[in-house]
Order: sequence, then C-alpha cells, then structure tokens
Amino acid sequence: MRLEYTGLSDLNGSLVALEGVSGVSYDEMAELVMEDGSHRYGRVILIEGDKAVLQVFEGTQGISLENTSTHFTGRPMDIALSKEMLGRVFDGAGRPIDGLGELYPDERRNINGSAINPVSRQYPRSCIYTGVSAIDGTSTLIRGQKLPIFSGAGMAHNELAAQMVRQARVAGDDGEFAIVFAAMGVKNDVAEFFRRNFEESGALPRVAMFLNLASDPIIERILTPRCALTAAEYLAFNHGYHVLVVMTDMTSYCEAVREFSSSKGEIPSRKGFPAYLYSDLASLYERAGMIVGKQGSVTQVPILTMPNDDITHPIPDLTGYITEGQIVLDRNMDQSGVYPPINILSSLSRLMKDGIGEGYTRADHPSLSNQLFASYSKVQDARSLASVIGEDELSPLDQKYLRFGRAFEQYFVCQGQQEDRSLEQTLELGWALLTILPRGELDRISDKELDEHYKEGAFETLGEL
Amino acid sequence: MSEYQIYSVNGPVVKVTGGRGLAMMDMVYAGNEQLIGEVVGVEGDMTTVQVYEDTTGLAPGQPVVTTGSPMSLMLGPGLLGNIFDGIARPLKDLEAISGPFLGRGVNIPALDLKKQWEVEITVQEGDEVKPGTLYAQCQETAAILHRCLVPAGVSGTVTRAVQSGAYTVEDVLVEVTDPRGKVTQLKLSSRCTIRKARPIAQRLPIHRPLITGQRILDTLFPIGKGGAAAIPGPFGAGKTMTQHQLAKWSDADIIVYLGCGERGNEMTQALEEFSQLKDPRNGLPLMNRTILIANTSNMPVAAREASVYTGMTIAEYYRDMGYHVALMADSTSRWAEALREISGRLEEMPAEEGFPAYLASRLAEFYERAGYVETLEGKEGSVTVIGAVSPQGGDFSEPVTQNTKRFVRCFWALDRSLAYARHFPSINWLNSYSEYTVDFKDWYSENVSPDFAPCRQRIANLLREESQLMEIVKLIGSDILPESQKLIMETARLIRLGFLQQNSYHPMDTYVPLKKQLLMMQMILRLYDGVKEGIDRSIPLSQYTATGVFDAVVKMKYEVPNEDLSKFDDYAALIDRALEQVNTANS
Repeated sequence: MRLEYTGLSDLNGSLVALEGVSGVSYDEMAELVMEDGSHRYGRVILIEGDKAVLQVFEGTQGISLENTSTHFTGRPMDIALSKEMLGRVFDGAGRPIDGLGELYPDERRNINGSAINPVSRQYPRSCIYTGVSAIDGTSTLIRGQKLPIFSGAGMAHNELAAQMVRQARVAGDDGEFAIVFAAMGVKNDVAEFFRRNFEESGALPRVAMFLNLASDPIIERILTPRCALTAAEYLAFNHGYHVLVVMTDMTSYCEAVREFSSSKGEIPSRKGFPAYLYSDLASLYERAGMIVGKQGSVTQVPILTMPNDDITHPIPDLTGYITEGQIVLDRNMDQSGVYPPINILSSLSRLMKDGIGEGYTRADHPSLSNQLFASYSKVQDARSLASVIGEDELSPLDQKYLRFGRAFEQYFVCQGQQEDRSLEQTLELGWALLTILPRGELDRISDKELDEHYKEGAFETLGEL
Repeated sequence: MSEYQIYSVNGPVVKVTGGRGLAMMDMVYAGNEQLIGEVVGVEGDMTTVQVYEDTTGLAPGQPVVTTGSPMSLMLGPGLLGNIFDGIARPLKDLEAISGPFLGRGVNIPALDLKKQWEVEITVQEGDEVKPGTLYAQCQETAAILHRCLVPAGVSGTVTRAVQSGAYTVEDVLVEVTDPRGKVTQLKLSSRCTIRKARPIAQRLPIHRPLITGQRILDTLFPIGKGGAAAIPGPFGAGKTMTQHQLAKWSDADIIVYLGCGERGNEMTQALEEFSQLKDPRNGLPLMNRTILIANTSNMPVAAREASVYTGMTIAEYYRDMGYHVALMADSTSRWAEALREISGRLEEMPAEEGFPAYLASRLAEFYERAGYVETLEGKEGSVTVIGAVSPQGGDFSEPVTQNTKRFVRCFWALDRSLAYARHFPSINWLNSYSEYTVDFKDWYSENVSPDFAPCRQRIANLLREESQLMEIVKLIGSDILPESQKLIMETARLIRLGFLQQNSYHPMDTYVPLKKQLLMMQMILRLYDGVKEGIDRSIPLSQYTATGVFDAVVKMKYEVPNEDLSKFDDYAALIDRALEQVNTANS
C-alpha cells in the first residue's frame, strides 16, 4: 500500500515540515509530488513525535502548504550502481542526464557509506606518477591518498587537475584506471573544460561525471560528492579499478553546507560554518583508501578555492587537518607566469615518505627532495634579505641561493601543460639544480649519494637534458 | 517490551519518553538495531540520549533498553596488542562480523571470552584482603605481567579460591565475604566506569623524566613520568609524527595510543609499524606493550567524546598494577570539537567560539587524571598524558590551546616554518617550555652526569642569543657581525642541524640514549670553547670553518652508534686537531 500525506504544516527555506506522520525514520528519503505531477526528493533531517522535517533537494520554489503530497520511501538516500556508470553523466543526485536512459543497477547503496575499519585498511605505498615535476619530485601522490589542491579564484587549478588525470600512471601497471568527476557549484565552462579534456585524451569511456553546476539546486550539492564517492567505492572495491576522484569545488560544497545549516537554525561556529563541518568533510575525505585483500583503490584530488587566498580560512584549514597533505598554488608564482604555480614549501604529501625511495621509486629520491626543500627554504631568507639591503650587497653564498631559487622555479616547477616528465627526468633535473650550490651546503645528503649524483657543472649543461 | 521509547531523533541526539527511571550517564541500547548510547540529560518525562553510532533508521516508537549502569569498560588480560574503537569494541572482531566497512549495533565485549589464560592465584581461603590486594596474576604478553587487584570498596575474608591453572576472563577465581556477609566474586576481568578517575592511595611528586630518546625533548624540554604535555601545531607540522615517535621510543612500560578524530591511514600505519618495530629494551615487538584506540574522523562523533575516557581508564587500570603508562591523545582538539558539536545539538548556550562553557573544566578533569601515584597496593605507578592540539588556522590563541596550556606543565609548540624547512621535529625552541626542567636537575646529575644541566643551559643560551642576533642579520646581513657573534651564529647552526634536528627514519638517529645526548652537547661546546679562545686572540672564524670541523661535527649523529659511544673520543681528537692546526698556523 502506498501511503501519502497531503499538504505540509510548515515551510522554511529548503525545509518543509509534516505533522501527523507515523513510521518515519531518521535519514529516510521522501518523494514529494507536485500538483503538475513533477517529483521532488527530500530527506528526513529531524523527527519529533509525529512531526517530521524534510530537506528538499530541489528547493522549495513553488511549494505551498497545500499543493503537494508526500510519500516516504522507507529507506535512506541511495543510488543505483553498475559498471556501466563509466562513460555516463549524472546530475548532482546521481540521476542520468545524458539522455542515454536509466542505469540497469547491480545494486543500490546508501550514499553516506560507512567508515572503513582501520584494521581493514591497507597502508598506501605505491606511487602514482603524474608527470609533473613539482608533484612527483617533492609532493608525490600515492595510490589511496587524499591530496587536495588549494587554489584561489583565477589560478590554474583546473588545468593542473586535468593534466594530472591525463598523465596519471602507476609503476608496473597492475590495474585499470577509472575517473570519477564530481562538480559542485562550478561554472558550466569548467565542467565543459573537463569534459573536453577527457574526450581529447580518450579517457571519456572511463569517466563517470556527477555534475551539480553553479545554477543547480544548492541542497543537491551536498549529495553530489557522496554519490560520486559511493560510485568510486563501488568501482574500486567491487570491480578492482584504481579510481581517481576529482572533486571541484569543495568551497562551494562547504558553502552549501553552511546555507543548509543556517536554514535549520543551528548555532554557527567560525565564519558561520556549522560546528560539524570537520566531521562532515571527514566523512567525504576519509572515503579514500585501500582495503586489504581488494585490488582497487580510491584516490582523491579535491580542489578548493581559498577565499581571498587565505589558507587559515576554515575550509582549507579543516581540509588540511583531514587530508594527507596538500598542494598549494601561489598567486605570486601564477602572476610571474609559472605553470603549474605550485608553492613548493607549503605543499606536502604525507604519504610520500613511505612510497618513495629504494624499492618504490629511486634510492636517492627521499634525500634529494629533502634537500630541495631545505635549500629552497633558504632561498626565501636570502630573498627577504635582498629586499632590504639589495641584491648586490648579498654575500656570494646568498647570491648563489638566489640564483638557485630562480632556476628552481623556472626549470623544475615550471613546465608545459602537455609536458609529461618521467621520474628520471625530474630527479636528474633536481640534481642538476643543486649543483648551483656549493657541495658543503647540501647537508641533507650523505657523502656517498653526493659522490654518485653531484656532478659539478651539471646545471650549465642543462640544455642537453 | 521496553517501557522506554524514542520520541525524537536529531543526528546523534535522541529523546526518549516512557518514564522517569533513566539515570544520568546510564548506558542504553536505542532502537531496533540496539545502538549504544548514553543518557546526557533528563527533563521530566523526557530523557536525552547521545548515541555513539550513526542514527540512520531510528524512528519514534522504537524501544530503548537501559543497562542500569553508567558507561563502563571490561578490563582484563587481552587488551595489550589490540586495537579498539572509541567505546572499546575490538576492531579486529568487528571486521570479522561486518567486513571492511564498520557495521552498526554490533555489541561485542572488549576481551576474548573464550581464551584460556594461565593464571596464578596468590590468595588462599581464609586470607584477609582489602582494596589493592593482589589475588591473581597471569602473563599477558612476554613483557607484561597482568596483575589482578581487589577493587576499591571490597574487603573481607577469602571464602573460596580456585587452584592456579587455565581460566577464561569470565571464570570466578576468588570469592570474598565481608564482615556483613556480602559475597563478592572476583574474576580475571572486571568492569569499570569510564568517566571517573580510578581510586589511588595518594599522589606523589613527579621526580623523574620520561625518557623519550628525542634530543630536543629529553634535553631542553623534558616531561616527567606522571606529567602532562601538550603538542600544539598547525596541520603538516608533525604532531602525529612526534606522537608516534614518543609511542615508539619513550621508556614507559605501557603505551595507550588514542587516535581521536584523526586519519584512518595513520592508525593503520601505527598498527603496522608497532607490530614490526622492536622495543629497544627487551627486543619484543612494540605492539606487545601498546593499546590502540581508534576513532577516526569519519567514525561517529559521540564516540569520539567517549574515546578519551576509554583511553584514560585503560591507562589507569595498568597504572594500578604498578606500571608506568603513557597516554598519547591525538588530537584533543577533535575531542573538544565533538563536545562542541554535541553541545550544539543539545541546544546549550555556547561560550567562546561556539565551544561549551564547560570546555575548560572538562580539559582540566582529563589532564588532572595524569599523575605519579602510590597505588592502593602500595606500589608506584604513573600515567603520563601527551595531548596533541590542532588549533584552527595554526592560531595558538584559540580556546582549546589556551585552556590546555593552563593544565599542562610542558608545552611543545610545533612551528609551521620549521616544518616547511624540513626541520624535524619541528618543535620551536623559543616558544616551547617545560616546568619540569628544574625539578629534574638532581635526577639528571645522579643518573646521567653532573655536567648535564650546565650543558643544557649553555645550549639553550646559545640558541637564545642566536635568535636575538637573527633580528639584526635579517636587516643588515651577517657580514658585519663581530667574529665572536659570528661564532655564536655558527655554533647555533651546528646545534640546530646536528643536535635539534633528528631523523626519525634513520635507524640510529630515531632513538638516542641520554648519555649520547650529553656527549653530543659536550662535543659542540668543546668546539665552541676552543674556537672562542682563538677568536679572543683575533684569529678569524673563517679559518676554523675552513678546516671542515663544523661540518664533521654536524654529521656525528649519524656516525656514532648508540651502543658504542667510544667513537666520541675520535671526535674530541678531531676537534682538538683542527683547533691546534689553526692555532699553530697563526702563532
């Protein structure tokens, strides 16, 4: 028997309240049928006795207290899953919008997922090469990692993400890549940019896209990453794909959460975001990983634009506390024409230490990247000194540091959007750059490694590389 | 049919009607799936319950069953080497039941009920016992003897005692009859509420350091056994790394490692590493002395609030057996945020930054459970608490950091700029402090060397002078400094690179005994004093640096093995030779 409730008792923002309901459970899905026969969907977010409060995904425009009838489905929000999702395009709530018809599902799954038992996790160790020196060399991406890109409006984060997706490969190819792309509140151009990119590189048949564009309902935005990650988990752990999840833009997502929270009348914490923003973001980011005994993996590259380029803003701040490192784009580098404008010092990959070096990439990789960091951080000291006393007054050593800094940005960080560097190239380039500095300054590298790799004058012959 | 029923559901906060029998802090099972919860408020007929699991699917009218007692833990042999969630359910057993993703409503005991332990009974019928009397013991792991003590509030005559032999945690071993005739059954396991500190005989002054093998901590900012320390730092500064190092190498008997609202992969890593690494003192796997508690950031937030008490109660339980326990809580900020989140759902009036007004008192309660004590049995034991703090935006003025600072005597401030320069451990030596330094002067001079405290002071002074000189150098460059100040800069660089920086991936450098720490300091000061003499005779510093002796001393941490410190004699000779070489050339 299909039980329907006619009319509503209250309306507020995206929330509607019904009274006199029974048998409704928390987090259950509901279907609202409008007078014209169109459907909207909602979720129970509060129930109190015989009163239920629903959050309507498509918004409450056009809804009055009398013109709807509501049906509770008896189960939480779930989506249809099948291997056929690859190559398809869905809206923010996981419904196909590419005109190719409904999916024939293998199973349906709750989009909230559940936490991976820490005991069942496999610690990620194999590295994903992206062909970008600043990532492979100094902030290596590891399979099963969550490594966000912290960017700002107008910087080349989309280009960088597209390049990473295009060039991503693993050493000793042992599985297929699939890409899940979740767009939350992005401009149509951006979604189109990614679609074209996937198409041009021939990746489109391996991509599942979930699009909630800037003009789409805000509440649906809260569902988008959850749908995408449920699909990613299914593809990874049921079909053995190595899934790369690109989520953009997390800032829009968080703002949707804030809007929703304030419409519920919750007590705001920092900058009006709800106190549970950390838990909420964690419930997304922590869905990256690998599971013992399963072949696939879920790797996340969330993109967020820092409001006003402020890394201490709650969104990047909370994200940084959850994710395993971050790649930070820098306004100054971007303005001086460096692509990708990655700020090496504040970028970090936490899982890198266990996935590089002997047996993983190359034995000299850890100490080389360590030295590049240490030397480049001294460049900053030399630069600030130079800005006070002028470059000419610097000691010869500091001048060498300045030269190293410029060369590092120009040759190591900077590369073409279509340029795919092998790890060998990246590491050799790093060693060549270090030869600008006197050998005694390289305190992070053992003498043995220096003997092997430090070739005086290598930088001058760089043109041949 | 239960008399209590769910009335409303809002996230983890569930309101229950049906009677007035529920007591504050009672543990309950809510709903058809029997989700674990705790009573947090009673208002007339309406009781508020905080549920420790995802509440999807709960509906009004579903039953609520009370256990009639506060949230408690089953304690006994089998805790060591295991990993639990925030309310002490063993994660390995959860995996066996619900697979790689955590299920709900799985109520399993913390201990293996079937396992037989080889138990030695230490009382006989007719013995008088009082709280703290040892009645049974068994070898829990190769290094740790599990000692069962008569709990507080139980005393009288032993009226029944079994023979030594193999028993499970549920078997009754001893019966005690008190003068009024009340019989108490004692088993290998016991139950203990988590929110109240376990009773002790008395607190003792903190008089000896917890040796961590980390140079900057042992030398500059030591923590005492039974003390409390906070590690605040922005993301990426190395809080977890420092906590892991302490868990691996500190000389506590037992480590309770609490991953509170942090990353899942970090717990996996801890589990993996601790199983492989060997305890430097006895060669057994480190996991043998470790208990992991994991409430990762995507596990239910209400259980996060409980997890710190779970960890603390387990730590106190082993302390009462006479062990020195260290509790690492990573991170207390997530716990504070859990308090804030639940407080918000309970619609309490927020104080600073939305945190509840009782934040400070909860933090104080937690840190005050640390201490060096005389146990009921009369032995000495301690719980040391080391809490990581994750301040929002790396800003130490936020409420959790500030309130924590009031209740700890040891503050290890992590610094983002040091981390950016890959200086690890990135503990800022100017912002950090330890109030124990003075207390341990005598201990260090008795147990290491009378020279330790003076050396430490000189090293600290050099670092401070460097930071003052840095102000000048930043403005005008280092060239114009007088030679003696250049020497301070050079020596401070040596201290930073050669002493403070410690490579946790290097097999020898990851743990350094106190004796070696002292010798390293002595080498650095020997070089400083020698060069200082030369500079006073107007020999320029550059002549000494040209000999390469500074660079050689920087690398001594990798060259002198921990087991064989005689190699320091070579360094002393090397320094003397270099000094002499320059001095003769100038004479």
